[in-house]
Amino acid sequence: MSNNSLILIIVTTALVNNVVLSQFLGICSFLGVSKQIKTSASLGGAVIFVMAISSAVANLLYNFILEPLHLEYLETIVFILVIAALVQMVEMFLKKTSPAIYQALGIFLPLITTNCAVLGVAIQNVQNEYTFAESVTAGVGTAVGYTIAIVLLAGIRERIDESSIPAPFRGAPVVLLSAALMAIAFMGFGSLSL
Amino acid sequence: MNRYMERIYNGIIKENPCFILMLGMCPTLAVTTSAVNGLGMGLSTLAVLIFSNLIISVMRNVIPDQVRLPAYIVIVASLVTVVDLLLQAYVPSLYSALGIYIPLIVVNCIILGRAEAYANKVGPGLAVFDGIGMGLGFTIALTIIGIVRELLGAGSVFGLTILPESVPAIAIFVKAPGAFLVMAILVAILNACNIKTSANKKVEGCDGCCAHCSKSCNTDGKEEAVK
Repeated sequence: MSNNSLILIIVTTALVNNVVLSQFLGICSFLGVSKQIKTSASLGGAVIFVMAISSAVANLLYNFILEPLHLEYLETIVFILVIAALVQMVEMFLKKTSPAIYQALGIFLPLITTNCAVLGVAIQNVQNEYTFAESVTAGVGTAVGYTIAIVLLAGIRERIDESSIPAPFRGAPVVLLSAALMAIAFMGFGSLSL
Repeated sequence: MNRYMERIYNGIIKENPCFILMLGMCPTLAVTTSAVNGLGMGLSTLAVLIFSNLIISVMRNVIPDQVRLPAYIVIVASLVTVVDLLLQAYVPSLYSALGIYIPLIVVNCIILGRAEAYANKVGPGLAVFDGIGMGLGFTIALTIIGIVRELLGAGSVFGLTILPESVPAIAIFVKAPGAFLVMAILVAILNACNIKTSANKKVEGCDGCCAHCSKSCNTDGKEEAVK
């Protein structure tokens, strides 16, 4: 497999099929943790970290355990447990080895267990029959797309806080409207000829 | 109104998971491109929710408190796998339309949220009715969003053409941005009618996602149940 196809996967997952704005995965944290650029960038970093590792582990598990044993139908159960356990281990590992990173990402790690984007990527990798390298690339690309989307939204929301908005639109509706406009902008990437 | 009917009223109106609690936004936005898809997703979630509430309520004295979240996740994931296989066997068209969002019912905040907030504290009867109420509330909300998007985006409802051809369909409503747009306007209408949604009484740290909340609030974000 060539390097070209890996670059293609990155562009597709990060921009064209943006995980939040065109696939609607990870909406909870996208709407919830996007009040400040700083915190959303940290969350994005944690998601990149976890998604890369979980895509790798999910790929190995599927190809070397589930498929040889014909247990493909157990993928949902296995993947969600693996992700939950993995996040725990990453958290404990970071706490011991690099307190600085733990300080920055630590509080977001438990949130990621229930982030549907992580499970979604693992399942999509299996459906697309990606190889190990392709799975990890897809995981990183998706997470980068997530980070781009959440940081952009946080930037918009910091500005929105200072403007006057009609009362019924305050709170969630104006955030959803901003997301709608971002989604329209991201649709532009769909016309990239890849 | 007896206690069981109160649960159903609570799920559909008072604490509607979509419009009031703002939970489970991923499937809400993703699959509501048509009324049928919204209804199908709602009913699948309803089925999982009833049985997960029932099983968790029955086993609430058996599951040790420290490992309750992993135990709930296993129960919910098993039920979702059952629904996944049933849909694949009997309703293949809906199965392919909903695609990846069926396995993702596992991480729907509503299900873990109800398990943690309600089902593990009450008897099986009330838990089942809570599941029915919440599930119906979710189904109704998804169907409403689906109807609005299908009507504006394709001029039809449940596949039947409603709008005359002279009214052009607005294709953006069945594409991704339309989901955010319709949801934003529906919540704004509720706000205008002075119905309190979690958007204007939000608790910091929970951020509208119950599963997050139950994890980070109960365990103070540090000590985790998964070991």
